Amino acid sequence: MQFSEQWLRTFVDPQLDSAGLGHLLTMAGLEVEDADPAAPAFRGVVVAKIVEADKHPNADKLKLCKVDAGSGELLQIVCGAPNAAAGMKVPCAVVGAVLPGEFEIKKAKLRGVESFGMLCSARELGLSEDHGGLYALPDDAPVGTDIRSYLGLDDTLFTIKLTPNRADCLSLTGVAREVAAITGTAFTPVAIAPVVDATDARRDIVLDAPQACPRYCGRVLSGVDARATTPDWMVRRLVRSGIRSISPLVDITNYVMLELGQPLHAFDNTKLHGAIHVRMPRAGEQVLLLNEQTVIPAADTLLIADEARALALAGIMGGEESGITLDTTEVFLESAFFAPEAIAGRARSYGFGSDASHRFERGVDPELARSALERATRLVLDICGGQAGPVCEAVVAEELPERPPVRLRPARARRVLGITLADDAMRVLLEHVHLQVVREGDDFLVTPPSWRFDIAIEEDLIEELARLHGYDNIPAVAPQGSLMMLPSTEHGRPVWALRHLLAARGYQEVVNFAFVEDAWERDFCANEHPIRLANPIASHLSVMRSSLIPGLVGTLSANRKRQIDRVRAFELARVFEHKADGEPVRGFHQVMNIAALAAGPVVPEQWGERARNVDFYDVKGDLEALFVPRTLQFTPLSHPALHPGRAAAVRLDGHMIGVVGELHPVWVQRYDLGTAPVVFEVALDAALAANVPAYAEISRMPAVRRDLALVVGNDLPVERVLEVLREAAPELVREIALFDVYQGKGVEADKKSLAFRVSMQDTRRTLEDAEVEVAVALLVAHAESVLGARLRGSGG
Amino acid sequence: MEQLDQLVQQAAAEFAAAADGAQLEQAKARYLGKAGALTERLKALGKLEPEARREAGAAINAAKGAIEAALEARRNALREGALLAQLAAEALDVTLPGRGNTQGGLHPVSRTLERVERLFGSIGFVVADGPEIETDWHNFTALNTPENHPARSMHDTFYLEGHDDVLLRTHTSPVQVRAMLAHVERHRDAAAMPDLRIIAPGRVFRVDSDATHSPMFHQVEGLWVGETVSFADLKGVIADFLRRFFETDDLQVRFRPSFFPFTEPSAEIDVAFMSGALEGRWLEIAGCGVVHPNVLRFGGIDPERYTGFAFGMGPDRLTMLRYGVNDLRLFFDGDLRFLGQFR
Repeated sequence: MQFSEQWLRTFVDPQLDSAGLGHLLTMAGLEVEDADPAAPAFRGVVVAKIVEADKHPNADKLKLCKVDAGSGELLQIVCGAPNAAAGMKVPCAVVGAVLPGEFEIKKAKLRGVESFGMLCSARELGLSEDHGGLYALPDDAPVGTDIRSYLGLDDTLFTIKLTPNRADCLSLTGVAREVAAITGTAFTPVAIAPVVDATDARRDIVLDAPQACPRYCGRVLSGVDARATTPDWMVRRLVRSGIRSISPLVDITNYVMLELGQPLHAFDNTKLHGAIHVRMPRAGEQVLLLNEQTVIPAADTLLIADEARALALAGIMGGEESGITLDTTEVFLESAFFAPEAIAGRARSYGFGSDASHRFERGVDPELARSALERATRLVLDICGGQAGPVCEAVVAEELPERPPVRLRPARARRVLGITLADDAMRVLLEHVHLQVVREGDDFLVTPPSWRFDIAIEEDLIEELARLHGYDNIPAVAPQGSLMMLPSTEHGRPVWALRHLLAARGYQEVVNFAFVEDAWERDFCANEHPIRLANPIASHLSVMRSSLIPGLVGTLSANRKRQIDRVRAFELARVFEHKADGEPVRGFHQVMNIAALAAGPVVPEQWGERARNVDFYDVKGDLEALFVPRTLQFTPLSHPALHPGRAAAVRLDGHMIGVVGELHPVWVQRYDLGTAPVVFEVALDAALAANVPAYAEISRMPAVRRDLALVVGNDLPVERVLEVLREAAPELVREIALFDVYQGKGVEADKKSLAFRVSMQDTRRTLEDAEVEVAVALLVAHAESVLGARLRGSGG
Repeated sequence: MEQLDQLVQQAAAEFAAAADGAQLEQAKARYLGKAGALTERLKALGKLEPEARREAGAAINAAKGAIEAALEARRNALREGALLAQLAAEALDVTLPGRGNTQGGLHPVSRTLERVERLFGSIGFVVADGPEIETDWHNFTALNTPENHPARSMHDTFYLEGHDDVLLRTHTSPVQVRAMLAHVERHRDAAAMPDLRIIAPGRVFRVDSDATHSPMFHQVEGLWVGETVSFADLKGVIADFLRRFFETDDLQVRFRPSFFPFTEPSAEIDVAFMSGALEGRWLEIAGCGVVHPNVLRFGGIDPERYTGFAFGMGPDRLTMLRYGVNDLRLFFDGDLRFLGQFR
């Protein structure tokens, strides 16, 4: 909400400057977002009267004016404005004045004629963008008065951001009440006297939905001139509250809303038929609103209707057909209380909001309707003339909001806030904001005023106490608690260990959006039914990702465009899929994955290292490093994102936990990636699991090593050979490890030679040559019979 | 005798002239070898009278000692020379760069979150987690934000197609509810429930995208529920955290009244640095407050017996302030030139 400081000070005038007032509001929970001056800095400009305006002797477009600026003698001023005319009152910057932008006015000679000052447009004073001519002041403007004080320009426009619980501060009266309470300054409310009815024009009111509208006041005003001029003081206050002046009747309803917090509506009384009904919609009804939108009201939208038709959305917006125009002479003014529950969310469901709905859905004082109507009546009669009929009021008292007393236990308040405020001090604070406080034993029974919708439970009072006592006055203490150690398990690793491990291996962590393009899910995940957002922010961010790989490919692509050739990136994040029995939210599977991508040179370009691009085995090595000391198993895999011959399922203890592979060449080309990246993605859970190490005795006996070169079929996976060798290995074999793969001279084209290191050892004794040879023979024989392998160099 | 001195000098000269080990050995043989000059003289001693033999023998032995010493000296000199030559040949250009891979790094917001976890961990907060696709109930209802509550319009919520009651969480606060329910369940049979202290870092989502808003961003939720937890404790913990996080006492912390449906009283936390580029400006860092009794009830906790405080911080903002980053969007842009600065 925006308002003028000057206006506020007509209700409460604390001994604080603007900055101090702003700070006070902020610390009272009425956060000041902006505090802007009403006009830029300038000085030396006064109200002046143009006494004569003649043609300039040497220029067609200039005028030579004699101006009375209140100094006792007429000033000669050359002026170029087309509207300069004798008798006009205008702002005049006299010699020595400084206009916005530090522009100093000096005595000048214009086309040979001396000029002692400058007559100003609104734009030259920084008051508006209007530069159509001189700023015409009212005829009664007193000559010689400083324009800043005449126009009240030394004003600050405060914009406060109100939290939804403080609807009572959506008016000058509300803010003033709050300022008065906190500063202890006197509060002067608007004086409102009932306007005696001069006609008997009336309209019956029927509350068909009293829960939604328990109070409705209306009044017929006849003989009104809708074309009257809104007085300057009102226009100024409206404009400084961010509301445009439209016509006196509209201006008055807006003004009273700002002043008191009561939204009003003005109907053209001649367009109404019979009694006003405040009711729920009927089937097939529709309303053409003032904003030219036609809505079919939903069943829970309260309407204002007459006996013929629906007129307006109650508390939200009036209807076009029953609204006032400049030709209106008979007004039916509405001032009602609509229950917040009956208004909340409705305007939003039609795609708009209004000042009225904003207030009603947060809570308008249910006792305010009648006095606001009196206030508006007075203003209409004063500005537009006419006579008022009697106030017609319909009330269903038992449906009005109740304000039952709330019990406050001072001891609990002190405990929750951590303060030592005495009971009596609490009572004083609460009474400052018009809460009625009654002692009952150790407790207080506190009754809020009608305008407070936010005080229903003890915590509401504790909050009020905290605010009034001042958050700054609550101490900041080091909390006391029982000292208990936190668990620190070795059965798992913190995610930070994984992040640091990947970083140490050259990968940079990235954070990509959880929502991605549809095409990514289709291309990289073959996911034709991704989880879709109902209201995506953009079409390329419309589905939830089921894999982190596409995002990393996006990272690669973006960085390649920035001429970064070598990219290593990883991400730790959640992925999403439909799953009927998903936990913890039914219907969705959402687990954390860890994924990495490497592309470009395996190491940064440097001397002494042969340049080569990263390949499958480099990235596989990085992946395996994440799991040390556990070993992963890899089996060939068909995956939509990956090269069919260079992709593997990653398994741990037989369970598939992820994938690793080179990106499919089709995507490398389509996404214009240059060289193919290698990626992996595994379940975070699996990567976090760890075992507590268990000691195994170190043998003091010498170890024996035998190397074994086996020739096998080219397409036989090494893992299979190892599996077969391990099956056959007697107990004395400690380890079988591959150390070379050879293809070429001496090995048939469709074969490869695999060299294994076989380590043998016994914990208690030295091995005999004979048993070593037997063990090796056993391995070879088993490989021969199961895999058709042949010992290299053994002919055949 | 004179001859012997001459012999010693001659040997020393020949040793010195030897350019390498082989020449030195040849020279040695000429004096000390089986047919060497000195050996010949020793053999000739037998022909002398005992007294003269003793005298001559001593002289020859002295000469032999001198020749051997000269030989050893030359040997050492040659060895040392060879080593120096080898070392000179092996010299490297130590200014050539070291070989190997480069380091990657953590995302700057991760750096912040790791520190946040550690700082809060040091006073007993454990890390809790919750889903990002969340139920409407956990995200709003259980946080005292019923349907049509005006506070719901403060969040621009992403909903999922075909699901009315499921959304992308708009804050990490739903983790509070999940943590309370789990904590209560865990201590169901205990006479007194121990304090619940959690922080929950994570990604959250709002329909908002401009220079200062990202549709996905980070939050850290904190919650402490116990029998004696107060607003003053909240102020103490947050002020302590901010001073530790920014590693300075040169900052002011301000708690400003605000409103959240799930806390009461509620506060916005502003921080102002007393030096540097942002000197004197109040910067919004977090929202916090005393947990609303309805939220405790939804979490299965008796609000008469227990109270709690909760806070929700913006680690993206903390990261920007800590490292002087001026554009939130850089965090989600994957630009390695930017991210690489936080190793």
